[in-house]
Amino acid sequence: MQLIECPWCGPREEVEFHYGGQAHVPYPDAPAEVSDEEWAHYVFFRDNTKGRFAERWCHSAGCRRWFNAIRDTATYRFESVHRLDAPQPHATELARSRRSTAP
Amino acid sequence: MAELLRTHPLQAWSTALERLPDTVGITAEPFVAMAVVRLGAAASEALDAALPTVPNTWAQHGTGRAVWLGPDEWLLSSTTETPEQLEARIRAAVVPLGGSVTDVSAQRIGLRLTGARVRDVLAKGCSIDLHPRVFGRGNSAQTLLGQAGVVLLALSDVGDDFLVLVRASFAGYLADWLLDAALEFTPTHDS
Repeated sequence: MQLIECPWCGPREEVEFHYGGQAHVPYPDAPAEVSDEEWAHYVFFRDNTKGRFAERWCHSAGCRRWFNAIRDTATYRFESVHRLDAPQPHATELARSRRSTAP
Repeated sequence: MAELLRTHPLQAWSTALERLPDTVGITAEPFVAMAVVRLGAAASEALDAALPTVPNTWAQHGTGRAVWLGPDEWLLSSTTETPEQLEARIRAAVVPLGGSVTDVSAQRIGLRLTGARVRDVLAKGCSIDLHPRVFGRGNSAQTLLGQAGVVLLALSDVGDDFLVLVRASFAGYLADWLLDAALEFTPTHDS
């Protein structure tokens, strides 16, 4: 079982964590004005990246805090973890790392 | 109406726990008043005794303890106050600062683990490093012990004294689990 580095508690076993899906999905600025299709895209549509992917995780059996992580979906390795108040990783940085892991 | 007496959730386990040898001593702690404080980290100095701001630590707080549960969340306990007194005292201090306090005295009960081999017992169901070099007195951890979520406090610098705070509804399970884990350190007699 792999260890996941909680930004508060340090490395803990994977079973203590819960997955929260893709990170940094922007909430619509004017939710009442978007079309049904746009709303469906916001609610249901997520990237399906192979390689480094920004995700939300929750240390549910420990400090119960949400945090962001960059995880490689091909190798399952956690590249880095970020507290929610930390700036989000730059989009180009993610894209560049994505290319570098492409076959 | 009949008087409702508060019974300890581990009353039925008391004889089994008393039979354990000193190297893996397990005792159910008496009830204490506990309260959860939510307060912005910047304001944590406000209480007369400062709350621990380093993750996974605990500090003495009056007659009880203050345990770090999150960057803006602490568990305070008191052995001398009633739950109402503790809640009222803390509320007076933190509400003006925008914090909140909730009485959680009935949520968790304490199990005191003392003895030279309790670290081996805990290690059977807990993945964190409990060696006193990294988990000496003043450290705490919220983690899983067996399948139960616990708050683990190190009370000694030589790794032979721990306090396990477990939810009351999990206490029976955890007591069974601990008795099973302590079996190899418990001398058995054929007679």
